[in-house]
Amino acid sequence: MVDVPYDAIADAPPAEVPEVELYHPKSWWTQYVFSQDAKVIAIQYSLTATAIGLVALVLSWMMRLQLGFPGTFSFIDANQYLQFITMHGMIMVIYLLTALFLGGFGNYLIPLMVGARDMVFPYVNMLSYWVYLLAVVVLASTFFVPGGPTGAGWTLYPPQAILSGTPGQDWGIVLMLASLILFIIGFTMGGLNYVVTVLQARTRGMTLMRLPLTVWGIFTATVMALLAFPALFVASVMMLFDRLLGTSFFMPALIEMGQQMKYGGGSPILFQHLFWFFGHPEVYIVALPAFGIVSDLISTHARKNIFGYRMMVWAIVGIGALSFVVWAHHMYVSGMHPHFGFFFATTTLIIAIPTAIKVYNWVLTLWRGDIHLTVPMLFALGFIITFVNGGLTGLFLGNVVVDVPLSDTMFVVAHFHMVMGVAPIMVVLGAIYHWYPKVTGRMLDDWMGKFHFWVTFLGAYLIFFPMHYLGLQGVPRRYHDLGEAAFITPNVHTLNAFITVVALIVGFAQMVFLFNLVWSLFKGKASGGNPWRATTLEWQTPETPPGHGNWGKELPVVYRWAYDYSVPGAAQDFIPQNQPRATPALQGAAP
Amino acid sequence: MAETALTNPEESAARATGWQGIADDWSSDQRAFKNVSWGKAMMWIFLLSDTFIFSCFLLSYMTARMSTTVPWPNPSEVFALTIGGHHIPLILIAIMTFVLISSSGTMAMAVNFGYRRDRTKTAVLMLVTAALGATFVGMQAFEWTKLIMEGVRPWENPWGAPQFGASFFMITGFHGTHVTFGVIFLVAIARKVWRGDFDVERRGFFTSRKGQYEIVEIMGLYWHFVDLVWVFIFAFFYLW
Repeated sequence: MVDVPYDAIADAPPAEVPEVELYHPKSWWTQYVFSQDAKVIAIQYSLTATAIGLVALVLSWMMRLQLGFPGTFSFIDANQYLQFITMHGMIMVIYLLTALFLGGFGNYLIPLMVGARDMVFPYVNMLSYWVYLLAVVVLASTFFVPGGPTGAGWTLYPPQAILSGTPGQDWGIVLMLASLILFIIGFTMGGLNYVVTVLQARTRGMTLMRLPLTVWGIFTATVMALLAFPALFVASVMMLFDRLLGTSFFMPALIEMGQQMKYGGGSPILFQHLFWFFGHPEVYIVALPAFGIVSDLISTHARKNIFGYRMMVWAIVGIGALSFVVWAHHMYVSGMHPHFGFFFATTTLIIAIPTAIKVYNWVLTLWRGDIHLTVPMLFALGFIITFVNGGLTGLFLGNVVVDVPLSDTMFVVAHFHMVMGVAPIMVVLGAIYHWYPKVTGRMLDDWMGKFHFWVTFLGAYLIFFPMHYLGLQGVPRRYHDLGEAAFITPNVHTLNAFITVVALIVGFAQMVFLFNLVWSLFKGKASGGNPWRATTLEWQTPETPPGHGNWGKELPVVYRWAYDYSVPGAAQDFIPQNQPRATPALQGAAP
Repeated sequence: MAETALTNPEESAARATGWQGIADDWSSDQRAFKNVSWGKAMMWIFLLSDTFIFSCFLLSYMTARMSTTVPWPNPSEVFALTIGGHHIPLILIAIMTFVLISSSGTMAMAVNFGYRRDRTKTAVLMLVTAALGATFVGMQAFEWTKLIMEGVRPWENPWGAPQFGASFFMITGFHGTHVTFGVIFLVAIARKVWRGDFDVERRGFFTSRKGQYEIVEIMGLYWHFVDLVWVFIFAFFYLW
């Protein structure tokens, strides 16, 4: 017999919390635009994040065109190249990935997966989206202001970020910092909702250790974001003052154009500490939801319970905690006491342990599973491979002596794109294929999906794998033009041209995906309520897409964990979480 | 809303205490913090996040102060007032601190009377708290004016490191903003208490949810937090 871990609570205890009356929309405006329903807010978040993400995608094409064929495109000069780099990085990391995982998937999945009718404070949740939208608008407006967006690099290191040599010194940097502050305010309103909903608004029988790992990932990432974004908030406020009021928090004494500037006595390193105290947890803020979601995708599509559920939960929590004590590994070349380098290298390498636990558990979940190579599963498998690859190069960069020569080369670009660019995006795409039927009631087209996967996955490898080699050659990052240096061999240029061609092809494949999203909305195959025969609560809703209040009259009651797949003796190869233990006979979608 | 504050009496009697109780709560369903309403949980988590903001501000200020090569102005001298011919160091800050700490006292009393459903006393005490908070902000405005008249700017000051003015205006300004928001919300909630919104379960204008007296306590959490932060600012900025 396979040991199926039932939790100790015999049957669901009585409800402790009376039902809360929902806000009922009275007009089209309050139903679809100023909506307080988490599902609508989730879609608003997702669409906004995707829209600004497409801008960042186009920016990456511009950079690749310049790198692949330098001098060919007269409309890309050195300043614009820096602006493209900055905006591409900032949008992708914060306005796309963070917003999509937490604001998009978090809003949609948390209430459904924990069995709640909505987030705990729907009005605050709505404000969260509108402040986020304002932040995106302010960010996008920098493309149209005099001087254009800032070209300081997404890390915005002072002093260069606010000096006149950097493009966007007039307006770009000011609006960028303002947009970040707005984003953090908006996120905080949403994030408080996600955390309190998970902690205090679960349905009867839903213990923390019965939560699907998706919720664990999003929950932990949100807690981290609430503790990490304050550092970015403070850094943004202080730099804004340096730029607008002429304070010298981050600005040392400088001579610019032969003139002694009015700044003096500030510490650029202080900004780096603040930025990376946010910046490193941020990596895991986008990675942990991906970890959680991919666990559910693998378990569902391999028809097998997740291997080592408890260890998976503790690994998520452990990674979250550790990620707050590794930040200075981004600053090895900024100069620090060797003992600090030793400390941060050690903590960095320790993170490999919980992440390795997770990777082994994913692989062991697949082992002897009934693997269905559906599109979500393909993306999940693509994630594992990409993430392992990016994680291994992380071991290189976490060591001080290996990092120093590799710092600021294309090796770093390859590493972080693999580990926190491509890998989470793989999960985002897989998750969209997985949950699109629940959101719309229709399946995404399978053929287009498989085409999208193979081009994206192979293409991403062809783009970023050669970059490791370029980095080892010493090719620097953030250079508009490599020029004539002895260490830049001719094959560097050939490779760069190749990467550019592949990048354009991968970009085209994303257009197929977008077409698929729209086409399937009208022409897709009807999915029914539970097309993947999954156990988690969101697939057991009485309506698809779930109606206002999610559950009809009665809240669901949870009797088991989220991973009862292929249970011996059960009538079907899955048992929904709200299936009582006493009645083994199953009727597909539950009440 | 008759939301989450309700206690399940027979259950709470059976609950284990100490570490076992915490473990039981966290491994139970529905709620990790038993008998804690959504609003109160949200305020606590927000305050945790806000703690990180103030910590970053204070740590940045301390870094600037320790790493600057120019002498730091002596706070005892800078924040001294001459009253009736006597030169008294830190007198205004002492009064401000006293006022703010006193407002915590009136806030605590308001919470107490809120739970006794004593509308008048709750509302009056909240308004007294708000008045003390406004007094604090007013004295802060006086202090800012005095320093600005003496030539202190965010980018320079007559006595030493320019980071002095920068940190001072930034940190006290950010804290003063917190106090100001607190005063606004205190007045708004005092009005609701006074009008009896929580007795007749009147719906909120924005959220269309029914409020309850617990909001007074949640407001109190925020207010005590802002006072506590001031104690740290007082210690690290003025007394150092």
